[in-house]
Amino acid sequence: MTARRFIPYLPVAAILLLPFFLPDYYQHLAVQIVIWALIYTAWALMGRFRLTSLGHGAFMGVGAYVPSLMWNYWDISPWLGIPAGMILAVTLAMVVGYPCFRLKVVGHYFALVTLALGQVVLLVVVAARDITGGSLGMTPRAVGYSWYALQLPDKGMFYAVALACWLVGLICWFRVDGGMERNALEAIGEDEIAAAAVGIDVLREKLKITALSAALTALGGALYAQYLQYMSPDIVSGVGVSFQIVFAAIAGGMYSALGPTVGAAFTIGLNEWLRVLFGTHFIGAANTIYGALLVLFIIFMPRGISGLAEKLWARAKTPPSAPVSSNTQPAE
Amino acid sequence: MDIYLLEAIVNGLLLGGVLALLSLGLNLIFGVIDVVWIVYAEIVMSSMYAVYWLHNYYGWPLFLAFAAAIAVGSIIGVLVHVLVIQPILGSAPINQLLATGGLLFFLQSLATLLFGTEYRNLGVRLPVLNIDGLYISFARLIAFGVALAGAIILYLFLARTYLGTAIRAISQDREIMGLMGVNEKRIYIITSAIGGGLAGLAACLLVLQYDVHPFIGLTFGPITFMICVLGGLGDMIGGFIAAFIISQIIAIGGFYFSSELAEVMAFVFFIVMILIRPQGILGKK
Repeated sequence: MTARRFIPYLPVAAILLLPFFLPDYYQHLAVQIVIWALIYTAWALMGRFRLTSLGHGAFMGVGAYVPSLMWNYWDISPWLGIPAGMILAVTLAMVVGYPCFRLKVVGHYFALVTLALGQVVLLVVVAARDITGGSLGMTPRAVGYSWYALQLPDKGMFYAVALACWLVGLICWFRVDGGMERNALEAIGEDEIAAAAVGIDVLREKLKITALSAALTALGGALYAQYLQYMSPDIVSGVGVSFQIVFAAIAGGMYSALGPTVGAAFTIGLNEWLRVLFGTHFIGAANTIYGALLVLFIIFMPRGISGLAEKLWARAKTPPSAPVSSNTQPAE
Repeated sequence: MDIYLLEAIVNGLLLGGVLALLSLGLNLIFGVIDVVWIVYAEIVMSSMYAVYWLHNYYGWPLFLAFAAAIAVGSIIGVLVHVLVIQPILGSAPINQLLATGGLLFFLQSLATLLFGTEYRNLGVRLPVLNIDGLYISFARLIAFGVALAGAIILYLFLARTYLGTAIRAISQDREIMGLMGVNEKRIYIITSAIGGGLAGLAACLLVLQYDVHPFIGLTFGPITFMICVLGGLGDMIGGFIAAFIISQIIAIGGFYFSSELAEVMAFVFFIVMILIRPQGILGKK
């Protein structure tokens, strides 16, 4: 019986293992998809409970820069640097999150505070140009193939590392989903005062999920920087990245575990396809279509691709049912 | 007092004028329609391109190009409302914010596609005034004057005309006003046109001081949102004051430290203020 339970997951496992046998280019795409999937999953962990952060670039930036700075200046392995970056990201999240949740900053006010947080990290990196290289970015000191420095020229190996981290992200998701936290956070998302009235520690629950989200985002940022062996404030922090995180998670669907991963595969695949389609003649064409699609997604499919898939699946199983309710209740 | 510090303060004051004008349109939209247009700075960018192309390429006189840019802003504003906001007026505010955020990507990329990523300068050189050894940018002085005039005209429009009264009324109670015979849909469209037009007006002033490029919206977009929230979203007078506070932090901080650190200080100030006074600097609890 237990063996049979795993049969539906076999195709998923096959898809995940496939990149190991593909040429370099596809491995490169797969690594990117998995890293971004981790980050989008981390965002959706809190995003689906109406904690809409527009500043996850801040955590990603901290996660990317801390290990590389520690490696370049103090010779400390990323194996220690990455946890340090994650801890710093969580600290940052707590410093901003605690007063926000304490003083009930919600809805677009919360979104705008986090937006400002992303700008702060971006500007600090730029301002500290003597050690971070400013807008020009920086590279971790290269030592060739080394597990100690987490510099893996072989894309297959890096894919394995990224896949493991992505799995950690998913496990976190399922733990939240299966535990009491989920009910508590859903109640808070619906009505904070009512949730507090039934005995939920609103502040604590929100802080917990925010910390988890920040830590995983920092991990994703670290992987991204280690993979590219390059980082600049614009590609790991800033408004552009923060929005990209939000949109891809929404496009994929932030209410199901694999939604953000679908979002990563969809957005990276689409971008790559459009890029090949238009070539270098029409810079911006791909993103124009991408932007238009995002607007359409939010208007017509706020639950994203996976939400649509679930709806169709449910309809196929049980004919005429009540429509799946979407976010119609104001967040404030 | 140090003459350079004084210069920084005066220039900060003038920068505050432009920021105030920028926040005015966004505040109007928020106050009336209850939507945050994340795409606002990109409307400004589009209008800046309109001035650039009409003036430099088609040889329109500057003032005609300015008028056209304001019209472009208004038209984009109406389109944003009709195409994006109207279909999701009933859904969560955060979804509306995100939908206009998608539009931000769209306009930015469209500008890249159409105009490339080059920095384009209008090529209009305005003199730098020298008052007792104090150097003041004339472009900023004009911007400051126009921003003040714009704010006063908007205030008079809202306070004295029938349409303005209807707009204010709807921002106070959107349910009752429908019953009172005010056409909500029409008011929203007019408000969007005015908001977009104000973005266009700000663009005319910014294009005199800065080069246009597709990503210019990202440089002053976040600051504009910050100012609106600091003043209390929808509170125009609060926003006006907040613009000057922020511009002074940037100017004085930039004088003592670096421009990036000055901006960091402004953002940190914003985060602290939103926690202490989420209702805005003038708002009542």
